[in-house]
Amino acid sequence: MGDVPSNTGHWEHFAHGADIGVRGFGASKAEAFEQAALALMNVIVDTARVAAQERIAIACAAPDDELLLTDWLNALIYEMAERNMLFARFAVRIHGTSLTALAYGEPVDRERHHPAVEVKGATYTELSVRSEGAGWLAQTVVDV
Amino acid sequence: MDLNLLQRRSDYEWEIPQHGAMRVPAVIYASEQLMRDMDHKVYEQTVNVATLPGIVRASYAMPDAHWGYGFPIGGVAAFDPEQGGVVSAGGVGFDISCGVRCLRTGLRRADILQVQKELASALYARIPAGVGSTGTIRLNEHEMDQMLTGGAQWAVNRGWGTADDLERVEERGQMKHAKPGNVSPQAKKRQRDEMGTLGSGNHYLEVQEVTAVFDPKVAEVFGLALGDVVVMIHCGSRGLGHQIGTEFLRRMAIAASQFGISLPDRELACAPIASDVGEDYLGAMRAAINCALANRQILTHLVRRVFADLLPQARLPLLYDVSHNTCKVEEHRIDGGTRKLYVHRKGATRAFGPGHPDIPEPLRAVGQPVLIGGSMGTASYILAGTRESEALAFSSACHGAGRAMSRHQATKTWSGRRVVDELAARGILIRSPSMRGVAEEAPDAYKDVSAVVDAAEAVGLARKVARVDPLVCIKG
Repeated sequence: MGDVPSNTGHWEHFAHGADIGVRGFGASKAEAFEQAALALMNVIVDTARVAAQERIAIACAAPDDELLLTDWLNALIYEMAERNMLFARFAVRIHGTSLTALAYGEPVDRERHHPAVEVKGATYTELSVRSEGAGWLAQTVVDV
Repeated sequence: MDLNLLQRRSDYEWEIPQHGAMRVPAVIYASEQLMRDMDHKVYEQTVNVATLPGIVRASYAMPDAHWGYGFPIGGVAAFDPEQGGVVSAGGVGFDISCGVRCLRTGLRRADILQVQKELASALYARIPAGVGSTGTIRLNEHEMDQMLTGGAQWAVNRGWGTADDLERVEERGQMKHAKPGNVSPQAKKRQRDEMGTLGSGNHYLEVQEVTAVFDPKVAEVFGLALGDVVVMIHCGSRGLGHQIGTEFLRRMAIAASQFGISLPDRELACAPIASDVGEDYLGAMRAAINCALANRQILTHLVRRVFADLLPQARLPLLYDVSHNTCKVEEHRIDGGTRKLYVHRKGATRAFGPGHPDIPEPLRAVGQPVLIGGSMGTASYILAGTRESEALAFSSACHGAGRAMSRHQATKTWSGRRVVDELAARGILIRSPSMRGVAEEAPDAYKDVSAVVDAAEAVGLARKVARVDPLVCIKG
């Protein structure tokens, strides 16, 4: 895990009846997880407004890739609530079904960030982590 | 939804006959138009719920049902512990005990119009709302546990309300058998700064005017008349409930196979009621119910202080407080006998009919108030429970309008500023920290709440008492 997160890959949102889906694509599973985290953050805020000035370490382990993704996103949701922070960049490493990561962000500034909505939790709905073509996809629906 | 997949039992009742792994049939209550507009996922999820162990009679969906997590939003299911029944963290959801509280004010529309802008600004200034907002109440470990045990009763004992309020809250303001020790330190930490906060998303606080009375007799018992002003608060158990939902969803999803439970969808995560994880969840979930009741009680206190400053003649007695994301132990008539069931309501409101002993005495003869929140800028409804609702859906009714459009689509369709300006032109003042949040909650992103309550009334789940329309909306 380096201090400079990868900038390849991309993320998108997808529709869910009541809430919103987050989907990350990457050359590796770890990058897909980073991008899914960016998709999560962009549910809340335009991450271009968030400075990556503080660094938080996160670790989680799960029985399988899908639960690892929800654990990762839920760990971020918890850190955001607990620290009153927003994150804009991520560096993830995955070994088997364990994950270590750094999340970069800053405290919430309501005037500057205009956060739209808080996320209650990452669900198991439309949950999938899979290789796709030459890369990886990681997605789930988050409850807002 | 493809109506060919269902058997129509009446104008408003649609049955999915038992098939495959279903243990009971599924029943959806809705008009034909609501059914046609309903997502097919509601069909799948209602069927999936019918496969869970110990389910009694049927898996139900209310007229506002839409695609949820595991259970549909608007889902109702009861489980019998004597029949291997389960409790499901997915069946309650992340926002445990999210609900609606309605305060009467004794004021009339004209009173509000004189100070409408000041009132909107004062409520927005005093009610913490939106991402990053914090309350002024900090609880130490001991106080947190007291709150999780005492609910609204704890809040009233702290001076945030009166004993009269408690009579008008489900469970008399305190959910029994809560186990604060089952709530993780993380969940408690997440709640540390969030007592007395509104949250965001579809949570709101509105000042509303009674614009129609459908049942004058019941309205009189409820203390409502045309032109009266009420305050409605929609929010839940905040970060504590979200964290409990997250943790037990995971624990139950992993444990299910140990109990021989085959989950058609991981989100249906559940465990036998008579199991360690089932009992742990029930104790924690009940603590979260108390957190929601305490939170709405504190918000009530904040609202009363704002009104005391601007409209000192107002008294704000509580009409009622209902939760719509819960699992509660209730007695119901099944096959001529009475059974104790664990009734899950996920985006559905309990709706006890006239005479039920859990209804406060002054309201008992007419049925429990059922509070149906509309979307921002549209009507909300006050209904009353019916006797027939017990046989229809374990005394349950709808809870709101239900989304018709995704948040994603809503932000593409509307700008928040335009929504605020258009509602202001109609005399409705919106205050929100986030214009994107307002766009996501635009009135037309939701189903027509009137069609939903009409269907609920037509089938007999509850009967309409009054409609209320917003004058001020504080949106998180």
